[in-house]
Amino acid sequence: MGTAVKKGEKPNVGTTPNKEQKGDGPLELLMYLIIGVGFGIIFIKAEIVSWFRIQEMFRLQSFFMYGVIGSAIVVGALSIQVIKWFNIKTIKGDKIIITDKEFRKGQIIGGFIFGLGWALTGACPGPLFAQIGSGFTVILVTLISAVAGTWVYGRFSDKFPN
Amino acid sequence: MEQFIEWIKQPWPWWIAGPMIGLVVPTLLIAGGKAFGISSSLRHVCAMCVPANIPFFTYDWKKELWNIAFVIGVAIGGFIGHNLLANPEMIEVAESTQRDLAALGITDYRSIMPHEIFTWENLFTAKGLLFFVIGGFLVGFGTRYAGGCTSGHAIMGISSLQWPSVVATIFFMAGGFLMTHVFLGPLMKLVGF
Repeated sequence: MGTAVKKGEKPNVGTTPNKEQKGDGPLELLMYLIIGVGFGIIFIKAEIVSWFRIQEMFRLQSFFMYGVIGSAIVVGALSIQVIKWFNIKTIKGDKIIITDKEFRKGQIIGGFIFGLGWALTGACPGPLFAQIGSGFTVILVTLISAVAGTWVYGRFSDKFPN
Repeated sequence: MEQFIEWIKQPWPWWIAGPMIGLVVPTLLIAGGKAFGISSSLRHVCAMCVPANIPFFTYDWKKELWNIAFVIGVAIGGFIGHNLLANPEMIEVAESTQRDLAALGITDYRSIMPHEIFTWENLFTAKGLLFFVIGGFLVGFGTRYAGGCTSGHAIMGISSLQWPSVVATIFFMAGGFLMTHVFLGPLMKLVGF
């Protein structure tokens, strides 16, 4: 996902990286790496990256993943409201802007295709990285294949309905 | 301290993990105004390695390196979580799921992933083709076509009240339900389970 799409951009370009945003220096990159480490630890410790948890979820046999995603959304939404109410800035003092997402057919068709893959691999893109780190190195192949899938979409993005 | 280590090694409940994941949203926003999202990293890898003059991949990926640093961190976190804080017990899975999976030939609960599927030995077999190659391709293609994944749409998108993200999430789930309940059984038979 990264940065959200801006209004008025070509509809088939998907979410385009924010052009105004400056690149990050080594220290900032280290900060994002550390945030990622924390995120990866949560992934493993709550077993969210488990293929079994995803099977439980899609078979409606456990509340666990619904609880995880649901409570994450509630906390995320409350946090964003707090940021808006108190006009909280970034640590550099910049205004926090959340760009709107535009509706496209891709959210239906692409979303559905991702869902098929999610149930097979037991992973969305984030957990793929954590699974590899946890020692299932064969998932590297899944990751490379996911990059290939992304590339094929990008190569032919103007051919798909959107 | 020992008790704390003991506690931290237990699998964390959803009401700890979910809110902590939710807090990644404001953390990234306050850290640098970044919108939480992971599947973009796959696009940045394309832009870095094989842009091939495709408009979709010709942008200044150096500005998006934070996303790559983040996912490298996720892999390191996976390593730490698994090696230093590992749960010594077998993974607990709902009994009804265990019954369903046993019917498909999956009975190994030693790790977070079933060893019947996720091993290098399976790479050049029909099993590997289905679960690694096709599965990975669907994830990469689908998330980019949808403009995001569980993090970008379901968590960041719905948290910021974007209705297209609600639509995307509904179709993530629809695809997953269809695969699990309709295609998975026959496909697994086909590849030799």
